[in-house]
Amino acid sequence: MQIPAPFDYVRATSVDNALELLSRHGAESRVIAGGHSLLPMMKLRLSRPEWLIDINDLYELDFILRDGDKLRVGALTRHTTLLESDEIAALFPIVRDAEAVIADPVVRNRGTIGGSLCQADPAEDLSTVCDVLGAEAVIRGPAGERILAMADFHRGPYETAVGQDELLCELRFPIRPRAGSAYEKVERRVGDWAVGAAGASVTLAADGTIADAAVGLTALGLAHTVAEAAGLLRGQQPREELFVEAGRLAAAACDPVADQRGPIDYKRHLADELTRRVLRQACARAARTQEG
Amino acid sequence: MQINMTVNGNEVTSDIEPRVLLVHYIREVLGLTGTHWGCDTSNCGTCVVLMDGQPVKSCTVLAAMAAGHDIRTVEGLASGATLDPVQQGFMEEHGLQCGFCTPGMMLTARALLDKNPHPDTTEIRKAISGQICRCTGYATIVRSVQWAAAHPAGGDTDATVDEVIDGTDTAVEDIAAETQDAEVKS
Repeated sequence: MQIPAPFDYVRATSVDNALELLSRHGAESRVIAGGHSLLPMMKLRLSRPEWLIDINDLYELDFILRDGDKLRVGALTRHTTLLESDEIAALFPIVRDAEAVIADPVVRNRGTIGGSLCQADPAEDLSTVCDVLGAEAVIRGPAGERILAMADFHRGPYETAVGQDELLCELRFPIRPRAGSAYEKVERRVGDWAVGAAGASVTLAADGTIADAAVGLTALGLAHTVAEAAGLLRGQQPREELFVEAGRLAAAACDPVADQRGPIDYKRHLADELTRRVLRQACARAARTQEG
Repeated sequence: MQINMTVNGNEVTSDIEPRVLLVHYIREVLGLTGTHWGCDTSNCGTCVVLMDGQPVKSCTVLAAMAAGHDIRTVEGLASGATLDPVQQGFMEEHGLQCGFCTPGMMLTARALLDKNPHPDTTEIRKAISGQICRCTGYATIVRSVQWAAAHPAGGDTDATVDEVIDGTDTAVEDIAAETQDAEVKS
């Protein structure tokens, strides 16, 4: 039987209250949202917080809100809500692509976007999604609010810039015209960690050339996006040879490890093939937006 | 710590340790052993209960986190002597073999039908994709949910899915769908 080590439990009643509790209980306290990463780690005693601060009552952090040229998503928004949002699917189809393959439908009822990003598992899908969409993380702490680009938010596996006394409150996604995005993952079965995945976001100029592009990989040993691919794609007319070359660059840039999910060669092959597919799909979606 | 919640319509109050998981609280404190405890790692889904109408894996929810919420277990499916159509469907279409995954499967099916009263087989398969039947009886589980969808008021237990779903042979369709899935995955 897997039971966590003893801890004290408290429910936060507001963001301010959560911050106060974090300050009061210090380094031995952890925030719990969906709990589908933290509780398994606590059961295995890999994590032994003395205090659990439950933020599930903070409904003010559960929202999807269009605000000018940004889409604001509360950190406590559940995976199921993101998957089912037609507004998100229209603006950022990559989110629906990714959400459909995150864990399983029952786990998605509990898990949250903020929890996934703060857990920062190398096989976590939404980090790649946020990277390629150029999202910003809104973090609140005792000193007030700070807004970080994803490149500054990530600090490596299981680490983020969110301090012990801070709370990730919101993600902001820039809305761009003539944009398309896509995500594709290979997993051994539903709910397993990814063998590998790729995400792409593309913005087209009025003449149909690629104005901006970002390619990211999940579980393939690459932090941040494939800079070489972005440089290659910018200013070019979308075409198959370009996607092939971007795939080659992604495969060269990644640094996968061999494990029970596959050898390095296979994972590099996935980086290549999945990059081609998501770029093809992202460009097709961007072109449809343009026609629309 | 003291917790209060509603379980199958009844208010319950208990004094528990914060680390008690909802599945153990339901089974050991409330004595409702219809909720099964399986893998302990939120993979198998036999411990699924409904929390405010949504399926959750109760091995990965603290009882403390469920406080103030509305929990429904397999014991809360039937009303009196009348089985829920999902339970009837599992009887009619042989949806259970060893029975271990059945409570979780039935609760997920109930939540699916509450949200989408006429799911197709793909939607049913997706809904139960986080749950494992080690007898591998998925085809009959899907047919059981279809039966429940076709009989929202239960009753008439003589009709079979084959008769209800346009007389088509759903078993053959299932095999075709599985083959297609396997091809896509490879």
